[in-house]
Amino acid sequence: MSGRRLLDVEDLHVSFATSRGSLRAVQGVSLSLDQGKTLGIVGESGSGKTVLSRAIMGLLPRASTTQTGSVRYNGTEILNAPNNELRKLWSTHIAMVFQDPMTSLNPVQRIGNQITEPLKIHLKLSKGEAKETALSLLMQVGIPSPVERYEAYPAQLSGGMRQRVMIAIALACAPRLLMADEPTTGLDVTVQAQILDLLSQLQHEREMAMILVTHDLGVVATRTDEIIVMYAGNVVERAPTNVLFKSMAMPYTEALLKSTPRIADPSHTRLTAIEGRPPDLLNPPSGCPFSPRCPYAQEKCHLEKPPLVEAAPGHSYACWYPLTASNPAATPDPVSA
Amino acid sequence: MTDTTLDSATVSTDPLLSVEDLHVSFGRGNATVQAVAGITFALRQGETLGLVGESGCGKSTTGRAIVQVEKATSGKITFGDTELTSLSRGDLRTLRTQVQMIFQDPISSLNPRRRVIDIVSEPLTIWKIGSKEERVETSRAMLDQVGIDPYVNGSRRPREFSGGQCQRISIARALVLKPKLLVCDEIVSALDVSVQAQILNLLQDLKQQYNLTILFIAHDLAVVKNVSDRVAVMYLGRLCEIAPSDLLYETPAHHYTAALLASAVEPDPEAPRTSAALTGEPPSPINPPSGCRFRTRCPRAEARCAEEVPEMREIGPSHQVACHFPLGS
Repeated sequence: MSGRRLLDVEDLHVSFATSRGSLRAVQGVSLSLDQGKTLGIVGESGSGKTVLSRAIMGLLPRASTTQTGSVRYNGTEILNAPNNELRKLWSTHIAMVFQDPMTSLNPVQRIGNQITEPLKIHLKLSKGEAKETALSLLMQVGIPSPVERYEAYPAQLSGGMRQRVMIAIALACAPRLLMADEPTTGLDVTVQAQILDLLSQLQHEREMAMILVTHDLGVVATRTDEIIVMYAGNVVERAPTNVLFKSMAMPYTEALLKSTPRIADPSHTRLTAIEGRPPDLLNPPSGCPFSPRCPYAQEKCHLEKPPLVEAAPGHSYACWYPLTASNPAATPDPVSA
Repeated sequence: MTDTTLDSATVSTDPLLSVEDLHVSFGRGNATVQAVAGITFALRQGETLGLVGESGCGKSTTGRAIVQVEKATSGKITFGDTELTSLSRGDLRTLRTQVQMIFQDPISSLNPRRRVIDIVSEPLTIWKIGSKEERVETSRAMLDQVGIDPYVNGSRRPREFSGGQCQRISIARALVLKPKLLVCDEIVSALDVSVQAQILNLLQDLKQQYNLTILFIAHDLAVVKNVSDRVAVMYLGRLCEIAPSDLLYETPAHHYTAALLASAVEPDPEAPRTSAALTGEPPSPINPPSGCRFRTRCPRAEARCAEEVPEMREIGPSHQVACHFPLGS
């Protein structure tokens, strides 16, 4: 069944009203996702990746945000849809695994109650059926002695176990699309590997589409079909995973990869840091948002914002002087380097 | 720009710090947690030793015991010629000028109500080093070195800075007294990768300049490999393996080290896809397994592992492992 379009986001803008003016957290993002596929959204803190995923879910506060553009799930427009409409989608169609397993569970409710709640509300299961389903879910996500854990409170579980419970809750009503926002951040490496394996396996079994939001290029490198790189509220590069790593065109993507230490590199390998820091989203620069930190920036970059263009099938980037061998401008500018 | 040769040249063979059979326990009776259960290692003058392990393995407690924030239950910690665990409070205080620590959370480890320049000069004020003008001058120079402009930013308060900048300020504060030993506890784990690279490079530069000896505690295997000359792996309160960085990552001898490396993700789609090498989670440190503490999750465990605690032994040049059946033997 894969290949059917599940999610279409077009020119999505999200801005927050703050006392210092309007903060433009997401500035015209478009993306699409087919059934059964995995999309990685990569960016550093403040890049807008979490706001984007929450806007798709419809979880942002209405009073203080302005959201324009279009988010279509299965052809139906869901951006700014009323909550009672969204509630029909949540859990049964789109579900989310949140970033922080320590605080995302209700601390005063037993694990069992938190898993059976969506089953009773959305699938109208009886108490007994819900418990049976919940126990099998706990088993599927690899929780030992599920009968005991069913009665436990979140504080009695480790971080990895809590994240498994979060995944069980998200999967309870068999969603078609799973949004995972930093699902392994804060977990130990051995547990991270277990959780990523679990997500891949469940996704395969259920033919579920997944959006994996992370700051870690390592997490998305082997587990996604396509990657979107975000910087300061913009998509700066988008490509199939293999293409992105092999022929990245946007200097920011390259900088992000080069500043990541690798196990494969010898010890004391000098990292290429990105100097400076991301722009203030209250006063974004007029040109390319990365131009103040870009080693290849030319005058044009500071003046005009490059559009996101599709240069090869499936590979788009927003850069005036992309990193291609044929481009003579792609050498470090001595003035700004 | 990498300077491994310079690194090894400044590493001498005399230990600056040696830790012998260190135990740190919390609580009492049936609920005693053995956070650190008998570890022995030495830090040579001028080297960076990485201490890596998962949460709860006792790596932070080890660091805190070395700077004497946590009291050792038993064992010896020798810094230079001084045995730290039996020092009086006054002597210990003097010693703190030579041993400094940098913490994980850059923002909460700085006093939010004080100006940055005062935060950095406070150690000098406490030790009455120089006149007031000289202290300000020294602190300004130190801030400048960590990449914070003292004239523009010196009068600002910590909340006006990003996490990376706060970590720079913490580094300036730790180095202003020119310590010999620096204990870094997860100093980059709260930072974005681009900022993390800035801080790691800065630390490397300052290490050369001040001839620092560093104990670098972290959970990120790639980060630890990048900064360390040698790496020690910890599991459930005990050391599994110590070796020079490149050697340890290339030919791990302990099954736990190998499992850790197999679980790590690399930003490379061609890299073999990692899959969980270990199932389950570490057992409780209140009631650790008998014998080798890793045996309950070890693929190679035999009856001997439950009966006999494996001692650290040399299996190659400066490569030590605590395992009855090490890999590659």
